[in-house]
Amino acid sequence: MSTLAEVPPVKNKREVLDQAVIRFAGDSGDGMQITGNQFTNTAALYGNDIATFPDYPAEIRAPAGTIPGVSGFQLHFSSNEVYTPGDAIDVLIAMNPAALKVNIADLKANGILIVNSDSFKEGDLRKAQMTSNPLEDHSLDKFRLFSVELERLTRRSLEHLGLDAKSMDRCKNFFALGMCYWLYNRSMDPTVRWIEDKFKNKPLLVEANKLALKGGYSYCEATEAFQISYEIPPAQLTPGLYRSMSGNQALALGFVTAAQKSGLRLFQGSYPITPASDILHELSQYKDFGVMTFQAEDEIAAITSAIGAAYAGALAITTTSGPGMALKTEALGLAVAVEIPLVICDIQRGGPSTGLPTKTEQADLLQALFGRNSEAPIPVLAAATPADCFWVAIEACRIAVKYMVPVIILSDGYLANGAEPWRIPELKDIPDFPVKFATDPASFLPYKRDPETLARPWAVPGTPGLEHRIGGLEKQDPTGNINYEPLNHENMVRVRAAKVAAVAQDIPNLLPAGDPEGDLLIVAWGSTCGSITAALKAQRAKGRRIGHLHLRHLNPLPSNLGDILKRYKKVLVPELNMGQLLWVLRAKYLVDAIGLNKIQGRPFKQAELEQKIEEMLGL
Amino acid sequence: MGTATLPPPLTKKDFQTDQEVRWCPGCGDYAILSAVQSVFPELGIKRENFVVVSGIGCSSRFPYYMNTFGFHTIHGRAPAVATGIKAIRPDLEVWVATGDGDALSIGGNHTIHMLRRNVGIKVLLFNNKIYGLTKGQYSPTSEFNKKTKSTPFGSVDRPFNPMSLAIGSEATFVARSVDVFQGHLKETLKHAAAHKGSAFVEILQNCNIFNDGAWFSLTERDARSEHVIQLEHGKPLVFGKNRDKGIRRKPDGDIEVVQLGNGITESDLAVHDAHHPRPSYAFLLSHMEHRPGFPTPIGVFRAWDDLPRYEDVMNQQIKDVIAKRGPGDLGKLLRAGDTWEVK
Repeated sequence: MSTLAEVPPVKNKREVLDQAVIRFAGDSGDGMQITGNQFTNTAALYGNDIATFPDYPAEIRAPAGTIPGVSGFQLHFSSNEVYTPGDAIDVLIAMNPAALKVNIADLKANGILIVNSDSFKEGDLRKAQMTSNPLEDHSLDKFRLFSVELERLTRRSLEHLGLDAKSMDRCKNFFALGMCYWLYNRSMDPTVRWIEDKFKNKPLLVEANKLALKGGYSYCEATEAFQISYEIPPAQLTPGLYRSMSGNQALALGFVTAAQKSGLRLFQGSYPITPASDILHELSQYKDFGVMTFQAEDEIAAITSAIGAAYAGALAITTTSGPGMALKTEALGLAVAVEIPLVICDIQRGGPSTGLPTKTEQADLLQALFGRNSEAPIPVLAAATPADCFWVAIEACRIAVKYMVPVIILSDGYLANGAEPWRIPELKDIPDFPVKFATDPASFLPYKRDPETLARPWAVPGTPGLEHRIGGLEKQDPTGNINYEPLNHENMVRVRAAKVAAVAQDIPNLLPAGDPEGDLLIVAWGSTCGSITAALKAQRAKGRRIGHLHLRHLNPLPSNLGDILKRYKKVLVPELNMGQLLWVLRAKYLVDAIGLNKIQGRPFKQAELEQKIEEMLGL
Repeated sequence: MGTATLPPPLTKKDFQTDQEVRWCPGCGDYAILSAVQSVFPELGIKRENFVVVSGIGCSSRFPYYMNTFGFHTIHGRAPAVATGIKAIRPDLEVWVATGDGDALSIGGNHTIHMLRRNVGIKVLLFNNKIYGLTKGQYSPTSEFNKKTKSTPFGSVDRPFNPMSLAIGSEATFVARSVDVFQGHLKETLKHAAAHKGSAFVEILQNCNIFNDGAWFSLTERDARSEHVIQLEHGKPLVFGKNRDKGIRRKPDGDIEVVQLGNGITESDLAVHDAHHPRPSYAFLLSHMEHRPGFPTPIGVFRAWDDLPRYEDVMNQQIKDVIAKRGPGDLGKLLRAGDTWEVK
């Protein structure tokens, strides 16, 4: 018998498309995230524009084959610009009945459905609480179903290697990946390189995974399984050097860049929490940049150690998610009172309390704006896309050291784990923002302010003649001595607020995307940017006069926001919360804005936004 | 070596601030402040290199009265703030002033983690067995059945023993002194200052407003020598007004109080070994005050300085990686991984 690889290729029809959405779904132990990332990387290297949506359970390994254990990874790749991971999917790979059950509703009619038929035995169906076998009961008739014995075929590809059955079965995701590469005419080389690097000390696993990958590819070639394959040409992106970038990775790189641009040493105090931990993982690798990472005993020590490091002259950051943010609240107030630079990243997730640890939400905005005792304003920034996290990290650090304030960055689970192509900037194009520590005892007072920024001097311990005391008690302006006098307190509260308000002079004027005036303005922030951009484009193509403002600066708000709000008949504020920016805009601008609110742990679909836009336009 | 002109030596006055000290008249904190202000000039450290960090409570006003760099932080968090300072600036001399509520209740977690990491910070725990600044509630070191404003029928908590807790956290330096024993206190502070790793010093302190006399059984002239044993490295464990009692090891590893004479001499007694690498013996000492007939130890329980400081290990790791990989090239880092060119 000849091996699969020796079968001569069959000529198939090849169709050119401009985009596709593919989702890999399986058990959390099936390697779906790796599989998805590999396809993403290959698509990106090929030159497609991409957007990804990894969606995984909070449980590390829920019981195999059950609904709670389903892990998915969705990729939208295109020869045009891509703004979202896609509403509906063209190709679904379901490794078991539970994965099929959870994901099938999103597959387009006539979409390609590849299932691992080896995992549709009676026991498997029972674990997914299915009473009949969907592969046989015609419930999948509206899809192009490809029932593939993934386990048996993978084992056959690997049988001569002498691996045990379990190890062979672990390679089945790469068999499926090989099939997808064939389906979209992709090179296997990037994944082969990855396998060789990943398992470099385990030659047998290198061989096994490569064989599984090639096995899947050859299977399609040999069996005419699909009859058709697709070609999605590269996208026309702005010229430059690109790499795929996730939000958490971009934050980490942004902080390393900010440290270099400010001439400071980077210190990160952090306590592991989903979905923020990857920033700690990433930064802990960069010791050759002098980056100091401190895994603290708790969230409070994470921020207070960072406050100590900032006091000692470091560019200090702390990274967390909502529950950790809640724990850091009191220390944030201290940072406000002692006026030291600090950057706090809140990678939001579904709440309240532990909530939906691995799912996305935007419900910490009001916490970021107001979640402290007394009057304690803090500049708040939000990243709009995974790659934007890089720029927001630098901007936050710049504001923190310029104004001597803590700054909050809001990201979320969707940005943190999602990826997009990132045009790598030239370092020389990123401005330096060198920091000057106080050194002159003659002119030094702890709270003597810069007249323009209202920043107090940064006087680090070890500087001769600058010995002074700071703390959380109210201070006298400008000596910093403890002072409880009524008018001094009011003055200090107002000065701290004025300092944060002064950041607005540093924010470029907003320019709406789409129509500069018209029937509807969409105002939003954070990770909804992609879906809104896609919806805006589609609606404007239909002749509707809509603008879109995506706010990076949430406190202070850009100076011209109020004027822009007046140029449109209606204002829509879509958010993945109960209407928090909406609340702020209505309170501050007395504008009758309308919210579109979704609290499902998932991003907006383009269609949901378009439906609301049309409803508001009376269509 | 060149002949650098030395600046004039520092004096106690150099460490006093112009701020009015706002502790209650008669508070034990004054004595501690005076001792610290006397010891700092003797350490040969430039004034600008001292940082005094505190949390919240009466004791935590300490930094305002020390003419050094000072940071009055939030309740319980001083060890964590100090850890951040030390991580970035291992060359600084960082002292934490804290109390029994601050260090052992709200900040207990930071205290034990700082100690187990062996961060080179000196901690002065002012233990008055009461909450003073909130006006008289029982603290985690208050004795069982303590009647206070918040426990009118007596507290039902068993107290922490700060020495046992620190030794249990494997602190490398653990000592105790008393506010009114000025000579002993200064000596103890000097020992702490000489220690490279974490130094934890409990100072028994009288709150004359809310818990007056909490330590009288140890501090009153008549009682003192019967109830207190001074630990001195290399010396036998002797106590009593006439130095006629001692601590002897039993064959089962426990200790007992013995009367000297009748064939029992000092050579039969346990000899204090503060430098023992393992904490078990120090723990045994820390616990004897809870046993009937046993004295309360003061002095250095444990001073084992062979463990590297946390901040040094942190910084060395960075140096090692730079030595191995070379200093990081940011341009290269941004271009790392799989990249593609769009023309």
